[in-house]
Amino acid sequence: MLRSRRTFTKMLGGTAAAAAVLGRPFIVRAADPFKAGFIYVGPVADFGWTHQHDTARKAMEEAIGTDKVKTTYVESVKEGPDAERVIRELATAGHGIIFTTSFGFMNPTLKVAKDFPAVKFEHATGYKRTENVATYNIRFYEGRYIQGVIAGKMSKSGTIGYIGSVPIPEVVMGMNAVAQGMRSVRPDGKIKIVWINGWYDPGKESDATKALIDQGCDIICQHTDSGSPLQVAQERGMHGFGQASDMISIAPKAQLTSSIDNWGPYYIDRVKAAMDGSWKSQDVWGGLKADMLKMAPYTNMDDDVKAAAQAAEDGVKSGQIIIFKGPIKDQNGTLQVKDGEALDDGKIAGMNWLAEGIEGKLPS
Amino acid sequence: MSGDIAQIVAAALTVITAATPLLLAATGELVTEKSGVLNLGVEGMMLVGAIAGFATAITTGSSTLGIAAGVAAGAGMALIFAVLTLTFLANQVATGLALTIFGTGLSALIGSGYVGIAVKPLPRLAIPVLSELPLVGPILFGQDVLIYTSFLLLAAVAYFLYRTHAGLVLRSIGDSHEAAHAIGYRVIGVRYLATIFGGAMSGLGGAYMSLAYSPSWSEGMTAGRGWIALALVVFATWRPARLLAGAYLFGGINILQLYIQAWGWEIPSQFLTMLPYLATVLVLVLISRDQTRIRLNAPACLGKPFYAAG
Repeated sequence: MLRSRRTFTKMLGGTAAAAAVLGRPFIVRAADPFKAGFIYVGPVADFGWTHQHDTARKAMEEAIGTDKVKTTYVESVKEGPDAERVIRELATAGHGIIFTTSFGFMNPTLKVAKDFPAVKFEHATGYKRTENVATYNIRFYEGRYIQGVIAGKMSKSGTIGYIGSVPIPEVVMGMNAVAQGMRSVRPDGKIKIVWINGWYDPGKESDATKALIDQGCDIICQHTDSGSPLQVAQERGMHGFGQASDMISIAPKAQLTSSIDNWGPYYIDRVKAAMDGSWKSQDVWGGLKADMLKMAPYTNMDDDVKAAAQAAEDGVKSGQIIIFKGPIKDQNGTLQVKDGEALDDGKIAGMNWLAEGIEGKLPS
Repeated sequence: MSGDIAQIVAAALTVITAATPLLLAATGELVTEKSGVLNLGVEGMMLVGAIAGFATAITTGSSTLGIAAGVAAGAGMALIFAVLTLTFLANQVATGLALTIFGTGLSALIGSGYVGIAVKPLPRLAIPVLSELPLVGPILFGQDVLIYTSFLLLAAVAYFLYRTHAGLVLRSIGDSHEAAHAIGYRVIGVRYLATIFGGAMSGLGGAYMSLAYSPSWSEGMTAGRGWIALALVVFATWRPARLLAGAYLFGGINILQLYIQAWGWEIPSQFLTMLPYLATVLVLVLISRDQTRIRLNAPACLGKPFYAAG
C-alpha cells in the first residue's frame, strides 16, 4: 500500500525512474488530452471490486480514444485522511474528472471538491452530493436475488451459507435479496451467515466456507472479494457464486453464476459529459436494466434451473419482479414490508434488518 | 450426537490448516532470533514464497517444485536481509520492515499475471487403514504432506537447539556474540545460516498458503499472518513446544469464532475476532511477571549488530 502511494508521489515530483523500475505505470502523463483520475481502495489485481473498476477505466479509455483522454489511477489508497491527500494531488495535477471508488472516500472527496469547483468528482456507493460531486452505484442486490432463486432450486439440504463482510446496509440488502429469491422458489429455505469482518482475506474466507459447509450448507454465497470460497466449494463438491468478476476460471465446476460489476458504460458517459460540458451532479443507481450489472453464464446446473434463473433475470430487468415487495417479515417475525407495498430506494439503501429465513445475527 | 462429532472433527481439520502456515513461519523465525537476529520481514518473505511457489507450480505443473521454489525464494529474501544487516550492519528493525514492504510489492509485481488462476491443491496423504479410523483417522492421518512436515521440522529444530553442539553454539551466539567470538566461533557465518533458514521457513509457510490453504494467488494473500508468526515467537518465549501450542491456539480461536457464528451462538463476531490478540496480551502479561524465565529464553543479543574488531 505504502509502495504505490510513494511511487505516485515520487512521480509527481518527477522521478519517473522509480515506476519504470517497478514496471507498473501508476500514472500516465500527457499534455493535451482530457485527464481522468481514478482512486482505488484495493490493488488492481484483486480479481474483484478494484479489478472491475480498472477494467472499466481501460474500456473507457479505449472507447473515447487514448488521444482524447488520458487516465491516471492510484491503487491501494487507504480510506480516511490519506485519501484526501491523494485526491488533492490528482486535482492539482489537472484532472478534469476524478472517480473515487470506495464508500470510505466520501468525506475526503467532498472536502477536496469544495476547493476545486471546476473539477468534476464521481463518488461510488456514497450518498452525499454537491454541485460538483455526483454519486453512482450498482444494484448488486438484483444479482443476489437471482443467486437466491438458483440456490433455492439447487440446494439439497435446504440450507445455504452466506459469507458476510461487514454489517452495513449494502451487505444486508444483499442477504435479504438472496432470502427473497430463495424463498420465492422454496418457502422453507434457510440461510446461515458467517461474518469475517473484512472484505478480503483469502485464508479466512476459505475457513468460513469450510465452517458453513460443515454445518450442512451446500451452496455458498459470498460478499467478500476473493475466489477462495468458490475453490473450497469446488474441493468439497459444493457450489457457489462469484463476486464482482467472472470467477469461472478458478472454480469451473463450482461457479453457478457471478454478479459482474460493469462500470464501463457509466464511465464512458460521464467522461464524455465532462469533456463536452454537459456534466451535472446526479445520483445513479443502475442494475441489470442499465447494464451496470451483468450475470455470468449460468453453469453447472440443470436446464430447468437455468430457465428459472433466466426468468428471474428477465423479470428483474423488465420490472415485473420487484425484489423487496411485501409481505416481508424480519427474522423476529416483525412485518417490515406490508403486503402489496414495495420498498423505495431510500429504505433499501438503509436496510438494517435481516429477513425471515436468515439464521445468524446482525452484529450491532 | 454423531453429527456433533462429525462437526468437531471437521472443525479440527480446519484448525490444522489454519495453524500450519503460522507454525512454519514461526519455527524459522525462532531459529533466526535464537541466533540474535531480529528479522521483521516475515510477512514479506511469506508473500514472495507464496507467489514463487504458485508461479512455479503453475508453470511446471509440479507442486513439489512449487514448494521448493517457495523455500528458495524465502531464503533469497532472507539473504538480502542478511547481507544488509550482518555484512553492512544496517539497522535490523528498519531493514526488516523494509523487507516486508519490498516483499509485498515484489510479490504483487510478479503475481500480476497469476491472478484468477487455480492450481490443484496439494494431495492429501491417505495412510491406509490408519486414515480410516473413526474420529482420529481423518485428523491425524489424512492431511497434506506439509502439515506433517511442519511437525517434523519443529521437532528437528527443538532437537537441534537443545540437544546438539551446533545448536548450543547458535544459542550462545544469540546470548553473547562477543564471548562466542572470543572463543572462536564464527558469529556472522552462523547468523547468516540462521537467517537464511528463517527465510526458507517463511517461504515454505507462504507456499503453503498459495498451494494448499487457498490454492490461488491474490495480492497480499497472507493478510498479516507473518506478523502473527512474529508475535508467536515472543508469545512462546522462544520455546519450541510453546510455539506449537501458540500456533494451534491462534489458529484454533480464529476458526472457532467462525464455527460459533454458524452454530448461531450470540457472541459478537468482532469480539471473537479480537480474542487471539487478547490472548497474546494476556499470556505476555502473565509470562512477563516471571522475569527470570524470560531472561533464560530470550536471546540477550537479539537485534544487536556485531562487528568483529580486529
